Amino acid sequence: MSKCRSCGEPAVVDLPRHNANFCSVHLQQLCTRQVERAISDHSMFAPEDRILVAVSGGKDSLALWDMLIELGYRADGLYIGLGIGEYSEESHRITAEFADTRGLTLHTVDLRAEHGFDIPTAARATKRVPCSACGLSKRHIFDRETRRHGYDVLATGHNLDDEAAVLLGNTIRWDVDYLSRQSPVLPERHGFPRKVKPLIRLTEREMAAWCVVRGIDYVVEECPMAIGNRHAGLKETLNAMDERSPGTKASFYLGFLDRMAPLLRERTDAEAAPEACPSCGSPSSSDGMPCSFCRLEENAGSHEPVPVRMVLNRVARRAFDAQWGEESSDDRG
Amino acid sequence: MIVRLRQPRREVEIPGGRAAHAVLRDLGLSREGHLVICNGTLVPSDTMLADDDVVEIRPVISGG
Ligand code: SF4
Ligand SMILES: [Zn+2]
Ligand SMILES: [Zn+2]
Repeated sequence: MSKCRSCGEPAVVDLPRHNANFCSVHLQQLCTRQVERAISDHSMFAPEDRILVAVSGGKDSLALWDMLIELGYRADGLYIGLGIGEYSEESHRITAEFADTRGLTLHTVDLRAEHGFDIPTAARATKRVPCSACGLSKRHIFDRETRRHGYDVLATGHNLDDEAAVLLGNTIRWDVDYLSRQSPVLPERHGFPRKVKPLIRLTEREMAAWCVVRGIDYVVEECPMAIGNRHAGLKETLNAMDERSPGTKASFYLGFLDRMAPLLRERTDAEAAPEACPSCGSPSSSDGMPCSFCRLEENAGSHEPVPVRMVLNRVARRAFDAQWGEESSDDRG
Repeated sequence: MIVRLRQPRREVEIPGGRAAHAVLRDLGLSREGHLVICNGTLVPSDTMLADDDVVEIRPVISGG
């Protein structure tokens, strides 16, 4: 039985990039130290700041919330009900239970109840992939709720694997604009709140291990819309490289932040200040027209509700049927 | 031993007496993309799994 590098007790996990095994106590110590380092290296927030954590019910966002509380920060949660069938119901249940058992404050926004549409319907109404309507809606609601409740900063659970996969995608396309904006901190500007990613120094496997040793119940099954998407493919590619040469992912992304991002930063030129959306008051770059979220709301809100299964591609639909069973495949709309 | 897999949820029965990383390899699963939980406890990849163990192999990669 392998032993913990720090204390010699039986280990619970091997972390090849550290070339070592760790017990539960020292795995937790390693994780919280990496988070503290990300917070201080990038001046993400101060001890007295009020933090709003965007929580989805998945391992990363729940682990982030748990760690910030553990480190003594003042952090509340925000959950958005996206209306993605049973996946969303399960995510909501788990998130609410996490907050309840710890006595934490959770704000909840339900898209269908408050805005009259859900993500599958938005995807069908706009004839675009679900993740595009979803990303737009989440960004809008995160920004609005952070402002509305007066939080100093919005924190999301993006981890090292997420950021490395985005970096690989941006690099393959040599998308210099995106590369120059890929940062773990977006400063507050033009009515948009400050946004930070404290988990950038931790891998997905480390976050899942955190949840297991902390006894955190999270949604293991992922969003049906994510199955087989391009982002997941980039992550697999990076993991294949990491298996042959542990630490590749970390050096690719953290090296970018350290040595490449400063060179690109000079490029980010001042954008024009956006105007207020005439319909919701949020900052909008649409020149006096309603913002993109308000246009989505108007378009999708008048569309008949569409069940999740209808907007999945063939591969995702097969996986969805296997996962959620026959009942789900009945509602063919 | 019984091995529980996710996405979709399913169970397979395979012979024990092998290290966790060997089981992952035989199932075509990457070490970096999975955790191994043996009888409810997280275990490192070099752990020997026995015939009467109940093993969960949990994927950790999300696409969202
Ligand atoms: S995978 Fe796409 S649809 Fe699902 S939660 Fe993520 S962004 Fe939204
Ligand atoms: Zn230890
Ligand atoms: Zn608007």
